[in-house]
Amino acid sequence: MHNKTVAELARDLSQGTYSSVELTQHFLNRIKQEDTRYNSFITVTEDDALRDAKAADERRSRGEATPWTGIPFAHKDIFCTNGVRTTCASKMLENFVPPYDATVTARFRDAGAVCLGKTNMDEFAMGSSTENSHFGATTNPWGEKLVPGGSSGGSAAAVAARLTPAATATDTGGSIRQPAAFCGITGLKPTYGRVSRYGMIAFASSLDQGGTMSRTAEDSAMMLNVMAGFDPKDSTSVDQPVPDYTANLNAPLKGLRVGLPKEYFSDQLDPVMAQTVRDAVREYEALGATVKEISLPNTHLAIAAYYVIAPAEASANLSRFDGVRYGYRCDNPKDLMDLYTRTRAEGFGSEVKRRILVGSYALSAGFFDAYYLKAQKVRRLIQQDFVEAFKSVDIIMSPSTPSPAFALGSNTDDPVKMYLEDIFTIAINLAGVPAMSIPAGQIKSLPVGLQLIGNYFDEARLLNAAHQFQQATDWHQQSPAG
Amino acid sequence: MQWEVVIGLEIHVQLATQTKIFSGSSTAYGAEPNTQASAVDLAMPGTLPVANEQAFRYATMFGLAIDAEINRRSVFERKNYFYPDLPKGYQTTQLAEPIVGPGHVDVQLADGTEKRVRIHHAHLEEDAGKSLHEDYHGMSGIDLNRAGTPLIEIVTEPDMRSAEEAVAFARKLHGLVTSLGICDGDMSQGSLRFDVNISVRPEGEEKLGTRTETKNLNSFRFMESAIHHEVERQIDILEDGGTIVQETRLYNGDRNESKSMRSKEEANDYRYFPCPDLLPVVIDDAFIDSLRAQMPELPDAKKTRFQAEYALSDYDANLVSSNSAIADYFEQTAKVGGDAKLAANWILGELSARLNAEDRSFRNCPVPAERLGQLVQRISDNTLSSSGAKKVFELLWNGESADVDELIEREGLKQVSDTGELEKLVDSVLADMPEQIEQYQSADPGKRKKLMGGFMGPLMKASKGQGNPKVLTEILKKKLGD
Repeated sequence: MHNKTVAELARDLSQGTYSSVELTQHFLNRIKQEDTRYNSFITVTEDDALRDAKAADERRSRGEATPWTGIPFAHKDIFCTNGVRTTCASKMLENFVPPYDATVTARFRDAGAVCLGKTNMDEFAMGSSTENSHFGATTNPWGEKLVPGGSSGGSAAAVAARLTPAATATDTGGSIRQPAAFCGITGLKPTYGRVSRYGMIAFASSLDQGGTMSRTAEDSAMMLNVMAGFDPKDSTSVDQPVPDYTANLNAPLKGLRVGLPKEYFSDQLDPVMAQTVRDAVREYEALGATVKEISLPNTHLAIAAYYVIAPAEASANLSRFDGVRYGYRCDNPKDLMDLYTRTRAEGFGSEVKRRILVGSYALSAGFFDAYYLKAQKVRRLIQQDFVEAFKSVDIIMSPSTPSPAFALGSNTDDPVKMYLEDIFTIAINLAGVPAMSIPAGQIKSLPVGLQLIGNYFDEARLLNAAHQFQQATDWHQQSPAG
Repeated sequence: MQWEVVIGLEIHVQLATQTKIFSGSSTAYGAEPNTQASAVDLAMPGTLPVANEQAFRYATMFGLAIDAEINRRSVFERKNYFYPDLPKGYQTTQLAEPIVGPGHVDVQLADGTEKRVRIHHAHLEEDAGKSLHEDYHGMSGIDLNRAGTPLIEIVTEPDMRSAEEAVAFARKLHGLVTSLGICDGDMSQGSLRFDVNISVRPEGEEKLGTRTETKNLNSFRFMESAIHHEVERQIDILEDGGTIVQETRLYNGDRNESKSMRSKEEANDYRYFPCPDLLPVVIDDAFIDSLRAQMPELPDAKKTRFQAEYALSDYDANLVSSNSAIADYFEQTAKVGGDAKLAANWILGELSARLNAEDRSFRNCPVPAERLGQLVQRISDNTLSSSGAKKVFELLWNGESADVDELIEREGLKQVSDTGELEKLVDSVLADMPEQIEQYQSADPGKRKKLMGGFMGPLMKASKGQGNPKVLTEILKKKLGD
């Protein structure tokens, strides 16, 4: 059962091949047996899952099932779940139980999906390896000494290891696409504003976007059908009609205009990676696409701008963790200042503290114009690059990452090297356009991700292109040995 | 040396919206602590603000009332600082792009001259909660009911030159926001809070002196005494050869003393930046025009109308139109009482004096306007003498709810003006006073007025206080051969 996709499980459930309780129990057993190796879950909600599975089976018997009713899945532990602790992989929220659901959580609940638990991540989504977790690092099912990528490494590893058919995730600078690439699965970061951020613990509000982790594009389309849509509780969510993302999956790709940004295929790109990605692009040509080189001239400014804007927003977003109302509080504070400084010094990990410091610095008097304002100008230039590019192409393709999964511990002493992991993904968040990573080859038996970048609100086209590729290839069906 | 005083004000006006500026919680005053604080107000992780449209309406109405530019685009920013009653660790406010641009308020001073006070801008922001430092055994209590209450902060230019001008402006502003219905005006509950920036400079000097800010003055009386106190303090320092330190001071009205809260050096670097959770708010001409059409009659227009409609003097009209509570009270009294001038005299005289003495306002005046109107009516039709009117007023002030005619009847205060009846009375009293009559008639005309009193006493006594003194005097003069 665990090798089936969400679409296949939905068919089996509707045909009565097995019940949701059986299916859920199967995945719970797998987590129990396998996850000691990966540490992909922070919290497993066995009782809640079985209760929800039972309710889903009853709902189905009443004839009220949706495509998601009874399907097990997992939430990245950044989405608030009413009554279930939500940690953001931080000591700060180790025992935090929200009395409310994130909008994404509520939507899956309403659809009747069965949440197995909460997946591991880099603390407050800050990282590219899931090593910055208070609950320990997650390992990559493709090699126990490898990172799964981050920050949504728990979701990616759990899907790759077949511990869950699908999982939610979030992407601020590549946190869906990079781990999806490292773990050989399909990940989608929608257009900024497509999925509500309410109840999704904020890292960088203008960049954060909830999305999908699944084995296939079809499953991601099914997830997006649940997640997408305007939310009156999120002022930045966009009130625009939501199509049925599964409806267009089988459209032929003939005439699809593909652009390859020359800045993404520079001399510095590993030739083996370049070749692997070009091979995948050739597959698209075989499917009827036309390919041309394009330019995104401000690409080289993206990382610098990102590492001003994201920490600046984070520095304010994380101020609420002050030990006053909820979350971690230091022992025996002697006064207010001591309460603040020790609570935050003890409750946050070092990468989180680094980014709060960087962000506070960028916003401080005398530096604001040189850093924050300039970064915002760069951001507009980068947006303009994409707007221009999409005048002549439908989808932009690139590697998702500079290399396949790297070894645990190999980047932990060098934050800048770690930040460069997101070189192909960050500009997309600054622009706010949607993008996917799909498995498209292997290097030394490790999965390689192809990044598909679409125009604003053009997720259906991305999913269509990804699905057609997956009909023609079997990279997405490769599973880690063991 | 002659010193010139320079005063500018910052006024926080709590808007009378039903719900908070960024959440659906009630703004009602006086509830049990923390019963009006939602997950958003508590800054629980993942929660997001949604701007309250009504707050924008009210701010726009204020802008229209002061003839200001309404900015079509306004931007919320985050003002970062840590304090336990500031749940997010930042206040959401407007800085670079406020909703209301420059405007002005014209103030009539006691000597009849008019003074224009320029408004620099007015911006929307959220109020903080309250820290309670008593009754918690050395700890502090936090009440977040007020957190998120919408405010407009109004900032004037340093245009006022005396405490009198500042207070006259403050009263005018109070009248304006209450007439607009955008604030309940209750200063004792903090609905309107004044911060006063004060500096002094030698007469004729153009350069402004170093200013101090005195915070949170919650009555006009305290405001006036605080300004006098601070001006004196600054002049004393300067005349002793000292320099003024730029600082924030706290005034204690009960003790008429002030102390430093924090100096400029201790001020926070607030690290303002645009709030990424709230998009820039854009309003259009239709929004503004519809509010313009709904604007209530403002004090200046009321004053003009009162002069025309009720023939009030400029001075009286200015006072009874100064805020909506007194204006409404006046109009109701005049309607019932008939004699508008007399109604205004009573309202501005006896009633205002009594209200001021007990720190009460027209809003919670113990004498209903209808009753005062009846009283005015009975004075103007000679049913009541002035002493009888005072007695009736006293009863009404002390909560007597009966109709004024009933009170006159019950207390036997009806004035007798019937000439025939009073002639008989005079005749019978004079019959017992032959000596006094002779004395009167032989006296110089200049001394007669004084001697007249000797007859009036017994006459009033004989009429049990009910004889109309005017009529009695006339009869008496006739009988005595004047």
